[in-house]
Amino acid sequence: MTLLITVFAAVAATLLWYRRKDDSMQFGFLSLMYWGAALMWTVDAVFEYAELGADYFAPEAADMLNDAFLGLSAVALGLVIWLVRLLIMDPKGSVRMALKKAA
Amino acid sequence: MACFLVSAAEAVVVTTAKHIEAKKEIRIEEKGGNTETAESRIPMSRKLKWLSNMLWGGVALLLFEHIWHGEVVPWFPFLTAMNSAEDTAEMLHEMATVGVCMAVLISVVWVGICIAADALAKKSAAAEGGRA
Repeated sequence: MTLLITVFAAVAATLLWYRRKDDSMQFGFLSLMYWGAALMWTVDAVFEYAELGADYFAPEAADMLNDAFLGLSAVALGLVIWLVRLLIMDPKGSVRMALKKAA
Repeated sequence: MACFLVSAAEAVVVTTAKHIEAKKEIRIEEKGGNTETAESRIPMSRKLKWLSNMLWGGVALLLFEHIWHGEVVPWFPFLTAMNSAEDTAEMLHEMATVGVCMAVLISVVWVGICIAADALAKKSAAAEGGRA
């Protein structure tokens, strides 16, 4: 479930990057971050499948719910990391402009 | 247990290489040279940035997962698997198998991305040349 949610997030971020007009939103960073995590969780899933066999695809409801909760939390953390990086790098100069106005 | 540490180590090496390469490219450009090679129109530092973003992103989200599962804690020795010799051996085995496979898979995918990006850049350059 964590892997699945991360893959959906990676696909969505990649589509946003593909439709971008310029690089000011840095969707490339967001998509690479999610793809990196998705690839790492894929390896985890392959090893787990090798150990559990077909049982891997029939998880307990409680485990699935916990994994879904973890996946959504991981996606939220990724978004926070991307947002903080965007505000620090400030490619459009919006933060600098707001700080200048406030001063 | 701590499989993401292998990718974290690779990420440190790649980030260092990216900074060295970027400095080298700036020096070449200052001398009036061209950072584009016969095989590639995309600078190496940019390609290394893609790899470091994938590695650091994966490491950050997997670190979060390990905290979630109680395998990483905010006090020394930070990894719960370090509490007993048996768990430590299991952790090292996991790093050598799962961890190495994670780092290898990300690197292989990155090589694929670089080859595809170079091919696309070459194709668009040829199309521009044909139009001119």
